[in-house]
Amino acid sequence: MDQKELGLLGKKLGMTQIFDDKGLVVAVTAILIAENVITEVKTKEKHGYSSVQLAAFKTKEKALNKPTLGQFKTKNLEAFRKLIEVRTSEDASDLKVGDEVNAEEFFKDLEKVDITGTSIGKGFQGFVKAHNGRIGRKSHGSKSKRQIGSLGAGTTPGRVLPGKRMPTMLGNETVTTQKVKVVSYSPETKVLLVKGPVPGKPGAQLKIKAYGIKAWNFKNKALAAK
Amino acid sequence: MNQLIKDIESKHLKAEPPVIRVGDTVKVETIIQEASGKERSQHFEGLIIARAGTGVNETFRVRRIFQGVGIERTFLVHSPKIRAVKVIRSGRTRRAKLYFLRSRIGTKATRLRNLQIQTTQEKSNSAD
Repeated sequence: MDQKELGLLGKKLGMTQIFDDKGLVVAVTAILIAENVITEVKTKEKHGYSSVQLAAFKTKEKALNKPTLGQFKTKNLEAFRKLIEVRTSEDASDLKVGDEVNAEEFFKDLEKVDITGTSIGKGFQGFVKAHNGRIGRKSHGSKSKRQIGSLGAGTTPGRVLPGKRMPTMLGNETVTTQKVKVVSYSPETKVLLVKGPVPGKPGAQLKIKAYGIKAWNFKNKALAAK
Repeated sequence: MNQLIKDIESKHLKAEPPVIRVGDTVKVETIIQEASGKERSQHFEGLIIARAGTGVNETFRVRRIFQGVGIERTFLVHSPKIRAVKVIRSGRTRRAKLYFLRSRIGTKATRLRNLQIQTTQEKSNSAD
């Protein structure tokens, strides 16, 4: 099976800039690729679909509850904090429980990745920041500096329509940055460099998948084969 | 800063970065890629009025008066596009940012008092 169908978990280290071979500056995000141990291989026969379960970020045993810890204990694995499941196009019979995903193989000739993470939480934000609202006049006695403005018409309909955009909690949600260019991957240090920003602050857990390889693509392929 | 990020940056740092100070009049030799693909070098001469940043992000700002108009350019110290920085004259300054030069006119805007670095030898001589 193609390793690129799998995903990887990593930790965001932070951003910096480097010079490319033309001598131009490239803003890069450094991501430390985690161990990515295979914890389960699901097959069509037994589970009804093909997928691989991965774990990363070692943790203390007492940090997990008993059901989660049991998942690792029964397979004679160490305790991990994060578990993900990745759909695969066919049963991954060549993968063994306890093995690590070959990150070097994953990033070989790979140009773009999709990176999923939790965006930086911004708290309860006003209409202007949350929905790109217009600001009012700041001077000449203006009383509508960052106000939301009108919520709608008067007697008809006589209520605020559902879905009206209002001040809200912003950030701290799952976001995927698509088509992120891979600058380099070094197998010795396990550091991945990608161009531009990715969700979250340094230390954030990130899920990395090869761009263009998605479960619905497998389905389309299966339909085409029929 | 994270040690791993420092390691990444260290690969892109110059082994011998140019020795420059605020107040120096310098000639910066930059490499320019022409549309035909040929490389050409270009000079920018002026006074260093500020330094900023650390590591790979370290920059210096050069100001010159060209045809009566003040021009400032910011260069990355470690950029491979900068071939050399030649110090022509060193000026004595009491501050790190020479932004006050922007409001000056004439010779005062480009000339600073010469920097006299006393060596330990000279110091001991003057003490006698």
